[in-house]
Amino acid sequence: MRETFVRVVSSALDTDPGLALLLADISADRFAEVSARHPDRVVNLGSREQLLIGAAGGLALTGMRPVAHTFGSFLVERPFEQLKLDLGHQGTGAVLASTGGSYETPGYGRTHMAPGDVALLDTLPGWTVHVPGHADEAARLLEGALPGDDRVYLRLSERGNTQPHAVGRGLVPVREGSARSRGVVLAVGPMLERVLAATRDLDVTVAYTATVRPFDREGLRRLTAAAGQADILLVEPYLAGTSAHEVAAALHDRRHRQLSLGVSRNAEVRGYGTQADHDRAHGLDTAGVAAAAREFFLV
Amino acid sequence: MATATFSRYADLTALVGLMTGDEKHQAAAASTLDVLWVLYDRVLTVTPETTDHPDRDRFLLSKGHGPAGYYAVLAAKGFLTVGNLRNWTESDSPLGHHPDRTLVPGAEISSGSLGHGLGLGVGTALGLRAQARDRPRVVVLLGDGELDEGSNHEAIAFAGRAGLENLTAVVVDNSSATHGWPGGIAERFTREGWSARTVPNRDHAALYGALTAPHDGVPLAVVVTVV
Repeated sequence: MRETFVRVVSSALDTDPGLALLLADISADRFAEVSARHPDRVVNLGSREQLLIGAAGGLALTGMRPVAHTFGSFLVERPFEQLKLDLGHQGTGAVLASTGGSYETPGYGRTHMAPGDVALLDTLPGWTVHVPGHADEAARLLEGALPGDDRVYLRLSERGNTQPHAVGRGLVPVREGSARSRGVVLAVGPMLERVLAATRDLDVTVAYTATVRPFDREGLRRLTAAAGQADILLVEPYLAGTSAHEVAAALHDRRHRQLSLGVSRNAEVRGYGTQADHDRAHGLDTAGVAAAAREFFLV
Repeated sequence: MATATFSRYADLTALVGLMTGDEKHQAAAASTLDVLWVLYDRVLTVTPETTDHPDRDRFLLSKGHGPAGYYAVLAAKGFLTVGNLRNWTESDSPLGHHPDRTLVPGAEISSGSLGHGLGLGVGTALGLRAQARDRPRVVVLLGDGELDEGSNHEAIAFAGRAGLENLTAVVVDNSSATHGWPGGIAERFTREGWSARTVPNRDHAALYGALTAPHDGVPLAVVVTVV
């Protein structure tokens, strides 16, 4: 998806004079060509992430559309107050595109892991959060975000699904359960194919979304109403339970059960290893999701 | 008519007097009053009619503390009414102890948390440069205590290397930084490639001279020492 991001933004910089890209060293080599064509609109600030967001806020104040990009940990966590004040409190917007997901460079350790990015942004009003599960989805979501003036977070991942799915239409059912189904499974972005595999033997509706904020509460109500039981399994690729409050709000007026799977909140995983190792540790591999789903639905 | 009655430098004390606040904020207001007046009276090209004009000069009050002086100058120049000042900090007033750009006519940024204005100023200067708007200036006012915030040093180093000539940092030095700035504040800027001047806060001619000093191809820092 990072290559897709580079391609889409480079192309947009050639055609939209109001677009500016801010970098903090990460991926700067990939933008060398477009930077040579537009030196005033492709700016590498060096390793200065507070300035990355502050300058994005200033660019937006002049009417330009800033795009800022680096690892999620340095894009959202390190300059969090800048996100709150230099964008939100100024009433301006920007497109933030992170790379690295929750733990896509596990050899780098905890410093480069950012499973809390979406939960952190969720404390601020007015953000659209995209979590594409395929490079084609990332391209479409990015192309939709660039012309705006709102606050958009695009969580890019190098992992994902083998096939793209519909984006921009809220929760989309990928596999429909019967009228007596055991409930609804919501798979976010890169989680979809393992969720489909993990729930293959269950009569459930599996719905997909690549956009978690704003959350499609109405869509979840519809899918839940059509299911046999109001039991919701939420599978997100970042901090477990990040969207649990949205599920609760969507179904506030009816009895329901819900279980949230995601990156563990309870303890840091201090191992290095591979992404698969971390999936297993957090119960986010296919076997882990399958075990949790059976326990939740087949009570 | 009311603004015409309170439009001179001599009126600023009375305008500040319409507002009340804690002593720290009053002192902050007093230390910035003269440089704010010189900026709005003689340096900046912006009026209440041009607050959205793309070629206006931008003034960013980074040090959001002690805005009474700022509000007084904005009132004297017609951005605010005298009535606005009388009920400041009440729930329905646009004026608080820290300014909010979405509420205060003429305020370019919302501030209050230290260390945000210079980064916003760098982005504003970059945005104007990318749009080939060479005329407008971006003037950011900071305090010497505020300079403790590391975010400023990200902005100072980058602005110097990028040669942001349209950017000016005004640092009001009232010796409030807990650990001080040995060698002087101007040295922090010149080391990073800025042109820097240091002037006393009550000398309007010196302030004007420093704020309009030529600084070909580099950003300008004006350190205002409170005497």
